[in-house]
Parts: sequence; C-alpha cells; structure tokens
Amino acid sequence: MEPRLSRYIWTHTRKDQLWILVVVALSMIPYFLSFDLPKQIVNGPIQGDGFDSPEATQAFLSISFDLPYLGTINVFDGFQLGREGMLLALSLVFLALVVVNGLFKFYINTFKGRLGERLLRRIRFELVDRVLRFPPSHFKRVKPAEIATMIKDEVEPLGGFTGDAFVSPALLGGQALTALVFILLQSFWLGLIATLIVAVQAIIIPRMRKRLLVLGRERQLTARELSGRVSEIVDGIGAIRGHDTSNYERADIAARLGRIFKIRYDLYQWKFLVKFINNFLAQVTPFLFYAIGGYFALQGRLDIGQLVAVIGAYKDLPGPLKELIDWDQARQDVQVKYAQVVEQFSVDTLLDPKVQAVATAAAVPLAGPLAAVNVTVIDDGGSTLLDHVSLQVQPGEKLALMGGGEVLAEAFGRLVWPASGKVVVGGQDILEMPESVTGRRIAYASSDVYVFQGSLGDNILYGLKHAPLTDLVYEGERASHRKWEVTEARLAGNPHLDVESDWIDYQSAGANGPDDLLVQIRPVLDAVLLTNDVMALAVRSTIDPHRHAEFAAGIVEMRSALRQRLETEKLSDLVVFFEPGTYNVEATIGENMLFGTITDQAMWADALEHHPFFKTILQRVGLRDTFYEMGIEIAENVVELFRDLPPDHPFFQQLTFMTAEEIPVYEVILQKVRTKGKGEVSEDDQIKVIRLCFDYIEPRHRFGLLTDEVMAKIVAARREFDEGLPADLAGMIEHYRPNRFIASGSIIDNVLFGRIGHKHADGSEKIRAIVRDLFEAGGLYNEVLAFGFDFNVGAGGKRLTAAQRQKLDLARALIRNCDYYIFNQPLLALDQRVQEQVVRNVFAMLDQSGRDPAIVWVLANPALTDLFDRVAQFENGRLVNDANVDERPDYKEMAS
Amino acid sequence: MLLKDEVEMLRRITLFSGLPPAKLKLLAFTSDRVMYSAGEALFYQGDIGDAAYVILSGKAEVLINTAGGPFKIAEVEQNSIVGEIAILCNTPRTATVRTSTPLEALRIRKDDFLKLLADFPEMAVEIMRVLADRLAQTTAELSEARGPREPVDA
Repeated sequence: MEPRLSRYIWTHTRKDQLWILVVVALSMIPYFLSFDLPKQIVNGPIQGDGFDSPEATQAFLSISFDLPYLGTINVFDGFQLGREGMLLALSLVFLALVVVNGLFKFYINTFKGRLGERLLRRIRFELVDRVLRFPPSHFKRVKPAEIATMIKDEVEPLGGFTGDAFVSPALLGGQALTALVFILLQSFWLGLIATLIVAVQAIIIPRMRKRLLVLGRERQLTARELSGRVSEIVDGIGAIRGHDTSNYERADIAARLGRIFKIRYDLYQWKFLVKFINNFLAQVTPFLFYAIGGYFALQGRLDIGQLVAVIGAYKDLPGPLKELIDWDQARQDVQVKYAQVVEQFSVDTLLDPKVQAVATAAAVPLAGPLAAVNVTVIDDGGSTLLDHVSLQVQPGEKLALMGGGEVLAEAFGRLVWPASGKVVVGGQDILEMPESVTGRRIAYASSDVYVFQGSLGDNILYGLKHAPLTDLVYEGERASHRKWEVTEARLAGNPHLDVESDWIDYQSAGANGPDDLLVQIRPVLDAVLLTNDVMALAVRSTIDPHRHAEFAAGIVEMRSALRQRLETEKLSDLVVFFEPGTYNVEATIGENMLFGTITDQAMWADALEHHPFFKTILQRVGLRDTFYEMGIEIAENVVELFRDLPPDHPFFQQLTFMTAEEIPVYEVILQKVRTKGKGEVSEDDQIKVIRLCFDYIEPRHRFGLLTDEVMAKIVAARREFDEGLPADLAGMIEHYRPNRFIASGSIIDNVLFGRIGHKHADGSEKIRAIVRDLFEAGGLYNEVLAFGFDFNVGAGGKRLTAAQRQKLDLARALIRNCDYYIFNQPLLALDQRVQEQVVRNVFAMLDQSGRDPAIVWVLANPALTDLFDRVAQFENGRLVNDANVDERPDYKEMAS
Repeated sequence: MLLKDEVEMLRRITLFSGLPPAKLKLLAFTSDRVMYSAGEALFYQGDIGDAAYVILSGKAEVLINTAGGPFKIAEVEQNSIVGEIAILCNTPRTATVRTSTPLEALRIRKDDFLKLLADFPEMAVEIMRVLADRLAQTTAELSEARGPREPVDA
C-alpha cells in the first residue's frame, strides 16, 4: 500500500479535490462582496452619501466596465432608487449574499464530508481485503482484536482529514500570504519583521512537533495493545478464573493504563507547550510593531497612517496562520496513524488477487492426482514438521494418514505453506491455482472448527457460497437503492457484488434449487449423525401457529398417531398424556390444576400471592388444608436438603420450589409452625407455604405426598379453574386442548401433549426417535428440520457443543461435491465408538450417492484402515511407510 | 420408591455407608431414578463416563470387548454400584454394562457427586477411606496371587 497518506489521498480523490478547490475559489466572490456591503449601506442610504437632496436617486445594479482605450462601457444602467428604496435594495442584497454564502458553505462541507467518507470506506475495505489475502503464517503473529481496532478506529480520523487535505492549505496559505504581502507593501521593514517571525514559527514549531509525533505513535500502539489484551481477557476468562489469575490481569491492565495515561498526559503537555510558544510568537510581532514601528514614527521615519495600516493588516495574519499550523498538526497526526496501520498490513507474501477472483461459472473437476512434491514444512520456531515428503493421491483413491499426517493434511488444505517443495494438482501448484477451483473441488475439515454467528442453516451451507449466482432484479425504490449502492461502491473502490443475491451453489450440492436442497443434503447430515442434533434443536423451538397454520395442524394430528404407535410398541408408559379427566403424575400440581401452561411467569407468581381468586378457590374445592399440609412437608424437606449449601451452589438449579434466598424465610415459617401450631401462622405465610405445592412432581421429587384422593380432587378442581377464572388472569394461562396447538409450547411439547416419564433411562431419546419416525411418515420431517436450521448458533457457535460443531464442519465439507476430501482428525470431540461409526457412514454415504472422490483421512484408530486403499505412516515428520492395505497384513499388530 | 427408601439403599453401598444421612438424602435428591428394560446398555466400554449407577432392583452383566466379541466378566445386582471409577477420575469406561432383567437404578451424575465432595470435606475423607481399604485389599490379593509363583528377589 502507498506509505504516504497525502499521496494516497491525491491518487484516489484527485478530481474531487480539484473540483472543491474551484468551488472554494468561487465561494470567495460572494464572501468578499459581503464584506464590502455593510460599508456601502452605512455610508450610502443611512449616512446619506450621494443623496444630497431628498429627491436624489442612485443607480442600483448598474454594470459598467472601465476598459483602457475604449473608455467606460455601460452594460446596464441600473434602476434609479431613492434613499429608502436603496436601503431596502442593499439590505436585500445583503440577505441574498448571506444565503449564497451559507449555501456555498453547506455544499463545500457536505462535499468534503462525502469525500472523506468515501476514502474511509475505500481504505477500510482495502484493509479487510488484505486480511483475506494474508499468508497463513501471518495469522499467527497478529491479534484479531488489534486488527479490528485498526480497521475500525485507527483509520477513522483519516476520513475527516481527507476533505481538508488540499483545500485547507491552499485556502489558509493564500489568506496568510495575502496578509503578509499587504504588510510588506505598507512597510518593508516591518513586513520583514513579520516574515521573520513567521519563518521562526514555521521552523521551530514542526521541530517541536516531532516529539508529539513520537508520543502519538506510542499512544496508538499502546491503545491497540490494550484492545488486544481486553479481548484476550474475554476469550480466556475460563483460564483466568480457573487459575485465580484475575488479579494478575488487573495488575497488567492497570500498568498498561498507567503507561497510556503517561503518554497521553505527556502529549497534552507538549501540545499546549507548542501552543503557548506559538501564541507567544504571534503576540511578539505586534510588540515589535509597537516598539520599533512606534520608535520610527517618533523619529519621523515612518508615517503614523502606515503604522496603523500595518497593525491593522497584521490582525488578519495570525488567524489563518494558526489554522494552518493546526492543519499541519492534524496532517502529521493522521499520517502517523496511517503509516502505522499500513505497516501492519504490508505483508510481502499476500495472495495474488487473481487467486481469489470471483468466478460464477461452475468449477471443472480436477483431472490430475493431488501430490506433495518434496514438501518441507517448518514452523515459526524453526523445527521441521514435515521433512521432504513426496506422496501422490490418485483421483478416487482412499488414503489414510497415520502417526502424524496432520501437517501434510494442512498443506493439502492450504492451511500451511510449504517452506520448500510444493503441493500440486495435475502438475499445477495449488497455491497458484484460483481458489474458485481449489476451494470448490477440494474440501478440508479438521477438529479446529470455526462456526460463524448466524443460523445453523447458514453455517451448514456456508461451503456453497462462492459467488452471487443470481442477478436479482429490483423494482421501484429498491431498484434505485441498488443503483445507488453500485455507484457508491464503485466510487469507493469496493466491489459491488450483491450480498442479497442467492450465493448458494445448489449444483455442487447435487440439487437443482432451494426446494430440493434439503433432500439432497439429508444423507450427509445423516452420515455425520448431525440430523438428530438438528432435530433436537428443531423440536425444542417454538413456532407461531398462525404463520405456520398448516404445519401446526399437522403436528396436532400427530398426537393420536403417536399414541397408537406407543401402544403398538408397548411403550405407553414412556409418555404420560394430558387427559382432561385424569391427573398427570409427570406434570406439576399447578399444571394439573390449570390444565394449561403459564405464559407469564412473573404475573403468575404475583397473582398466586395476591389475587383474591386464588385465596378463595382452594377453599372452595376443599384443597386448601391439604395443600397447606403438603407445603409444610415440602418446605421441611427442602430446608433439610439445602440448608447447608452456599446460596450460589449449582444444586439450587435443581430446586424448583424456591430460590436460595427464600430458604431462611421458610426456616422461620417452619419454626413458627412448630412453636405456635399450624393454624396460628399468618395468612401471608400460609400462602407462601401453599405456593410450594404448585411446583411439585411426585416421581421427580419423591417426597411421597400425593395420594389418589388428592389427585382426584385436583382434577375435579380443573373445571372451577377453567370457568371461574377472572378476565384479568385469563391472558397468562394457555389451556391445553387436545385439538389445538399450544403456542407457548415447543414443537415436541405439542406432539407429545403430555410429559415424558421420568423413570425411563434415555426416555427422551427413545421418544425423540419415535417422533422422528412419525415426522417422516407424516411428511413433516424436512419441514421440522428446516426449523432446526433457523437455530441461532451464537458467537463462534458457542451454543452448539464441540461435538456438534465438528460434525457440522464435516457436513459442510461433504455437502459440496468435491474431487478431494481432506479430513484432518475432524471428530476428536466424539467418543471413539461414534467416530468409527461416522467414518464408516461417510464411506457408505459416498458409495451410495455414486460419488467416487479421493479421500485423505488423518486417522488415529488403526481399526478403520480396512476402509482405505492405502495407508501412509509418518514418523517425526517423515513418511516411513506407504503401502496398499491388502499388502500389509501385519499392519494392525505393528500399530498396536 | 421414595426418597427415604433410596437413602436406605445408598447406605448399604460400602462407598457411601459412612456418610451422614442428610448428605445421602441430598445425593439421592440430585440423582435421577432411571429404568431399563432387559438387554439395554447402561454404558459402553470406551465412552467417557459421566455417571455412576446404584442398582435398586434387577440384574446386569459386566462385559468387556475382546477379539472374539463381548466377554462377560461379572454380574451385578441390587445394592451394588457400577461405574463409580468413572465419576472419581476421567477415565473411559473399562467395561460395558448391559441389563439382563428389567432394572431400576439411581443415576449419580459425576458433576453432582464431585460438587458434594467439594462442599463437604468429611464426605471426601470417608470416600478416601473406602478407596484406601479397597487398595489395601487389592494389593494383598495381588501379592497373594504372585507369591507362590515368583519368589521375592530382594
């Protein structure tokens, strides 16, 4: 990148800079006219110059030129106006000039602003573009947060400066020069003094600034490091807390802030010292004028009028001069910032832009074999990771790498660049081939997965988004907006690829379009065992039954199918269904009483304690005393179990009845019950105790409180609750109806319309498998799966487990139809047994789909070698054995 | 079976027998009651263990994988605990446990168990004592098994 900011700005904004200079020059005309006008108004109409008699008139707007030899040429004689008329006319001209000046200013400022913003956009894009083209080794040296700070914050002032880069010095320099020339014309000697002082300023101040620049650079570097450290703290919070090193981090941050403070304070001191000297020099000049000029005047060598004129003219000099010096300061400031940033982004071995050129055409299959030719890889520390390895993978061949083939796999995946030798496909170096070929025909997956924030579906299909494949046609307002986007992008040197376009390369996933994509990628998801994870996420999501009315109806219909299915499989005890006339032991007492779910928990808790409805209804259905007794039992059990635990103990997550803070409250209530007797406790306390019952589930809590009689009473109370519910409480309860979708419930809740029995090991696993089957039978499977694709995976995919992330990465590589698949131990987070299963599934899936790609798999498990054609054994970075599987019967013994 | 019955059950397991009843109750409360039908696996050899199982009723077989397929090394029934090694240290399961009759068990999750030990050191001491007993016994058995065949060298 261009190391000098001024040249960078000039190269990219030359035309605009020249245009704005012209406009600024033009704006000077009305500006100076407006200076002269007040004098004319005061002298003319107000004081009466030229209006000698009351009837006298003057010409307004007469245009005439005095030309040599030709005399005066009258273009327009003007209007004859009286004194009042003239006053009004001139005042209106003044107003017009004010407006014109304002408009000029407005235009110039917005133009400069746009200029700056465009340049900022250009430079930011250029920086990100460079990041995308950094060589792999460079990423080991830079911190993400520092790069981000540079792109986001450090180049920001550049935009503001761009507009003034050339206009300000031209304008202010012109003004200062005019003033200086004027002084020189008035009095040569005094003019010389003024020039001398200006020269001193021009020499001293920039020298003093040098120190400012050094400090400015330090400030920038320390601030950047600070942001790097802060992001390290966020990323490494687990390690920090785990090792109790938070105070070490505090000390480090405090020390850094101290250093930053010192630099910034130094900066202030210098800045204001420079300012002080600057002001001082500016004020010394008039002193010299008064002293020397005055002396000359007393001596009679200088006439007093001249002296006054010089002092008057000097008034106009410091202003522009000061602004010029400020401008220079800003220039140096941004120059330093710019140079700092550019230095960080100047890497010799950037990828050629041609390698990453956009290619919308489908990539042609790779013809030749993938081969490492005498490849040596050396890490940053200088140790040899791969030592002169030569290895060829024929198209369609299945090769297992064992004993340390990771680095070779990374070299195949272009994640490391060989120090010597090269990786070739059909004789061509893969680092020189366009990524539109290597990135589409070779797929790489490892256990070091990156998942982008967004939906699960976006991440699964990420490996298909190479280029915008459709030209979207916009209409109306959108069309003009798109046009604006394209022109603006061009003007700022950005590409204008449409991000809204459909980027998914359906063909390479074997699909014809969005409709059959899911069908095509299902086998892949099945093979890597991701389908069940996606399903689990899908069925736990809630949907809007109005927007997906048909789907919701389908789900409701499934309820009876599920019952039949469970009955035929003799698994009826797996789910306890909600029946209007029976108690559901797996649901809470509250749920059983309401026969519905609570949509607003906060409101519910409040109503339970204060609403008169609840106070009376329990009495009416004859449950109040029972619940009170039960509540006391629950309270006693809970207090006994949890009394000794610290309030932030994770066990409290299993406690649904009360929070840790409430335990002492209940201890006090129990104390009262014991001393005074059950009936003597206050009404409020009794309600608090009764409240506990609503969350009780017998098979889960196992306190042995529910009898058949109580259950029957609760079921009988349902009707009362349903019919007697006052209007102000109706909104927070959604009643269960066998033929209606529960909007506040998840998809699985709606299918089950009941609760999974607590006792069954893997009960939810079993039921999920059955439900999946039913979805398949009912033709809803893909629709449900699509809801799972909407799941937001969180920053860095943190809402998925490590195993899910790895499976996702493997899936997104397999979805794309490639000639070579490089799998670098992609499933480390999975159990050995499951890993094995996935590897076998992947081979079977590829077999079934009729694809016969080459596979290079870095394996840790020798049991799987029977799937491969060939096994290459590595030892200390060297290839020690490379043979076909059937030729090496002794292999397994050797490895074990 | 109620919470208090489970506590009784836990008390009969050597590993827990020395613990105070209140702690056993907490352990039972935080654990899940699970049911298996015959032929189901509680866990598989090689998987990372996350829970121990106290068998409340029913029987199960302990199997290890050999070249010739699974091999039964023991049978466990009511009042015994399986998988307890895995909740004390991070080792993969050393065997597969498969039910031979319908079985009811209390699943003690590793995280919960370790939390309890951390919060109540007296519990940890008790567990340590049991483990040390076991070690002593194993050592004794080992030297006994070696004794007749290999005379001590030094």
